[in-house]
Amino acid sequence: MLPAYTVEMVKAGNMPALRACRETSALVTDTSPMPRTIIPFGPQHPVLPEPVHLDLVVEDEKVLEARPSIGFIHRGLEKLVEKKDYVEFVYIAERICGICSFIHGQTYCQAIETIMNIAVPPRALYLRTVWGELSRIHSHLLWLGLMADAVGFESLFMHSWRVRERVLNIIEATTGGRVIFGSCKIGGVRRDIAADAIKQLLVDLKKIEQDTRDITNVFLNDSSVKDRLCGVGVLSRQDAYDLGCVGPVLRASGVAQDMRQLGYAAFKDLDFAPITRTEGDSYARCAVRCQELFQSMEIIRQALAKIPEGEIAVKVTGNPNGEVLARTEQPRGEVAYCLKANGSKNLQRFRVRTPTFANLPAMLKMLPGCDLADVPVLVLTIDPCISCTER
Amino acid sequence: MTPMPQEQTLDLITVDQLLEKVQAMHQQGYRLVQISATRLPDRLELTYSFALDGRVAQFRLHLAEDSPRVPSISSIYWCAFLYENEMHDLFNLTVEGMAVDFKGTLYKTAVKFPFGSTKPPVVKAVTATATTASSAPAPVPPPPSATATTH
Repeated sequence: MLPAYTVEMVKAGNMPALRACRETSALVTDTSPMPRTIIPFGPQHPVLPEPVHLDLVVEDEKVLEARPSIGFIHRGLEKLVEKKDYVEFVYIAERICGICSFIHGQTYCQAIETIMNIAVPPRALYLRTVWGELSRIHSHLLWLGLMADAVGFESLFMHSWRVRERVLNIIEATTGGRVIFGSCKIGGVRRDIAADAIKQLLVDLKKIEQDTRDITNVFLNDSSVKDRLCGVGVLSRQDAYDLGCVGPVLRASGVAQDMRQLGYAAFKDLDFAPITRTEGDSYARCAVRCQELFQSMEIIRQALAKIPEGEIAVKVTGNPNGEVLARTEQPRGEVAYCLKANGSKNLQRFRVRTPTFANLPAMLKMLPGCDLADVPVLVLTIDPCISCTER
Repeated sequence: MTPMPQEQTLDLITVDQLLEKVQAMHQQGYRLVQISATRLPDRLELTYSFALDGRVAQFRLHLAEDSPRVPSISSIYWCAFLYENEMHDLFNLTVEGMAVDFKGTLYKTAVKFPFGSTKPPVVKAVTATATTASSAPAPVPPPPSATATTH
């Protein structure tokens, strides 16, 4: 019988015995773990658009533990509230993130409007809904592209971003901006969408929907994509809820929670239901985002069909005095804005809990036990936005 | 779509009541939405927010400037460790018993405790020229706090 490595040999450093095993080309029948190694992942990594660092403790190819390190680009935007007055601060809120910038501005405005008891014109609420859902579409398409890139499907990445570009064209045509819209303000919105532009938007949306269907069919049915996503990073319903997950990460584990159900903006007048899956794996999170693309398109159609005529903003006077916790649904999940005002032009406290911040604990729970090759997929599966996290 | 009924409550509690109140939230099925700190002129204010559907329950703590110490709730809500590390790194708040303690390395900021420290402010030395030019007396630095702690 050929000699083989044993745990005792390795632990005792019994080199003669180990050499004998090698010389006789013995098969390693022992399944004892290799020594633990720490592999640094990030902050610069091909799949990471923004810097986050993970120290991955691995044994062979299995990840045992992930130690995160963030804070490379912390900007202290919350502190800026002491220097910018509450009206100007909309611009800062919008710059927290380049992807969900509009919804950041919208949530800030909603919070101030709640404190000051401002009645926003209905047309402005519908316009906010339309731009918010366009933001969701372009964010999800961006994520799909990044995920395709992470699994090595370059052409799918290109197609996803090609379609996203057309969504950005609509946003540019209606707001004047592609990344930072600058169209939301306290008391309403700055721009209207003319009737002929609405018609063109609906035509463009139909083309985008067809292309999106082609892309999502690949994500949901192609075996090479499914092989990388199915069964990877399973998060049970209870775990997802207990870990404070939000957005598609939570809904993919079967919890029907969507802040749009609060009925802010025009959502109280529109028909939709949270999209959920029960598998709780990376494929389910991808599927939820794919379905939400079409849901957002449907919401835009409903909103544009019902949009009332009228003013798009009201004049705001005075300073806010009071506090509120405002919540909206960003593409990545629930964002919570805590605002505290004391009657002066500067807020006393501006605190943002972004969706990625809420989903980071889930990522840390999912990584132990996964294969090293699945780490990029698992990191991307929560759709991390480090700009948001390090506001 | 019928919107979810919304309700927000805010209760002022003491540090001693914190864990008991948070445990009650957990048992009722509330999830942790956020924890925030606010630097007020004479104290540090903490707000713990929990939500169940449209209902939001918030607890508020006031910590005296000389005792910025609070127990961690990460034994009840594990995910709280991120908020607690953040409060430490930005506000120099000592949180005892965090499930994961980054020991001040979660955020890599150029300024230590950028959102306000419990340490006494550093008063710049007044130069001889400035002293003679100004008739105002030089500012007296406050006495160091005996209980101010860092990790």
